[in-house]
Amino acid sequence: MLQKMYDWVDERLNITPMWRDLADHEVPEHVNPAHHFSAFVYCFGGLTFFITVIQILSGMFLTMYYVPDIINAYESVKYLQNEVAFGVIVRGMHHWGASLVIVMMFLHTLRVFFTGAYKKPRELNWVVGMLIFFVMLGLGFTGYLLPWDNTAYFATKVGLEIANSVPVIGPYAKALLTGGDIVGAQTLSRFFAIHVFFLPGALLGLLGAHFVMIRAQGISGPL
Amino acid sequence: MAKHDKDATFVGDSRISAKRIPNIAPSYSEFPGKSEPFWPNFLLKEWMVAAVCLVGYLLLTVSHPSPLTDKANPNDTSFVPLPDWYFLFLYQMLKYPWASGDWVVFGTIIFPGVAFTALVLAPWLDAGKDRRPKKRPVATGIMLLSLIGIFYLTWAANDEHSRLHPSNGGHSAGGATAPAAPAEKADSSFKPDAVWTAQTSCQGCHGVNMEGVAGPNLQKVGSKLDANQIADIIKNGKGGMPPGMFQGSDDDLKKLAEYMASLK
Repeated sequence: MLQKMYDWVDERLNITPMWRDLADHEVPEHVNPAHHFSAFVYCFGGLTFFITVIQILSGMFLTMYYVPDIINAYESVKYLQNEVAFGVIVRGMHHWGASLVIVMMFLHTLRVFFTGAYKKPRELNWVVGMLIFFVMLGLGFTGYLLPWDNTAYFATKVGLEIANSVPVIGPYAKALLTGGDIVGAQTLSRFFAIHVFFLPGALLGLLGAHFVMIRAQGISGPL
Repeated sequence: MAKHDKDATFVGDSRISAKRIPNIAPSYSEFPGKSEPFWPNFLLKEWMVAAVCLVGYLLLTVSHPSPLTDKANPNDTSFVPLPDWYFLFLYQMLKYPWASGDWVVFGTIIFPGVAFTALVLAPWLDAGKDRRPKKRPVATGIMLLSLIGIFYLTWAANDEHSRLHPSNGGHSAGGATAPAAPAEKADSSFKPDAVWTAQTSCQGCHGVNMEGVAGPNLQKVGSKLDANQIADIIKNGKGGMPPGMFQGSDDDLKKLAEYMASLK
């Protein structure tokens, strides 16, 4: 039955090459922790992706309750944290996941650096990875403001002051992010839009490029 | 013109590939070493690693609920801001004289800019064929020094913050805001007078029962300061305490100061 359904779709859309491309790649011995325990360092990229998926899912659930305006933002987070069933878990996962994803990405970057895996022919994938790193830091910075508590507010204020002190582009960058003269309603709306739409869109595109490239080139060989 | 095999066929009026590829996993037995297929063998192992990480992650989530301080109050001058921990090293750099004041462009743009540009351009800066860390000592050395710098600056930022503002907790408790132990032992049976319970802005730091939260315990403040000194501190602030937090008339302030001076 399943085989017949698969054949029906395959006859029309020719999905076998796509599926075989996803499923069919050999995992060489030197990256497999089952054979060499030290190969666990090759897990960090996969774990970064795993936590990123959790961040996307928990973030989607958070938006069911979160209200991005300065009157209700704090109250909605407080309600989510204290009243909603499992709200404390969902917010906790998003909060700690944000730190874990940075840790995992840091370790993944170090693994790639110290194994020299960014060398020819993988230069472009390294550059895309660096862009992913910046997008992740941007997600961390914008997400930090959203609970609209004192920690968030003053950290963002300081961050924007630092941006402002950059010569030439600083004031423009600050104006773009703040959306006015003060850190206020406009800032929160903009950070929300950047955190929920702009950066995740960029992140998904970059992750797609990262994965297509690693599939096209295969993983780097043993040292 | 080279002759192609027929590579398209028609289903209805639509062209599709004529070659049907059988959906069979190849064997990697002829590959060097102990290669194994990604699907399903290796993916299952990856999922097991992910499950172990998920358990740790959930334990962290359950044992340390994510912090939420008071609602953002732009007038709260006593709040000491601190960025999230992974920005601390950049933040800390701005506190050194060579990267602040007239030299602030070094801290905000030149050092981070050079470091991150070098990181992005690493494949071209370190273009040799050798991949072993020991065979490319410059790249490895610079990276190790940067790592030491990042760890040191992060530690220094957190250390400085928890030394100067113990009330904010630093990030020592895994980022959770742990109230610092008040210097004096709080008396849990202590019940303050109505002149204190009316002052919600004082209670924010000194506690509903004057037991001390972010600010010091005031239950026996009268043994150290007289009414005039207390009134002066309330008006003008002291240390991390901002001036002008008291809400009420001068008469109310006098009553509060006298009441607090009577606590011995």
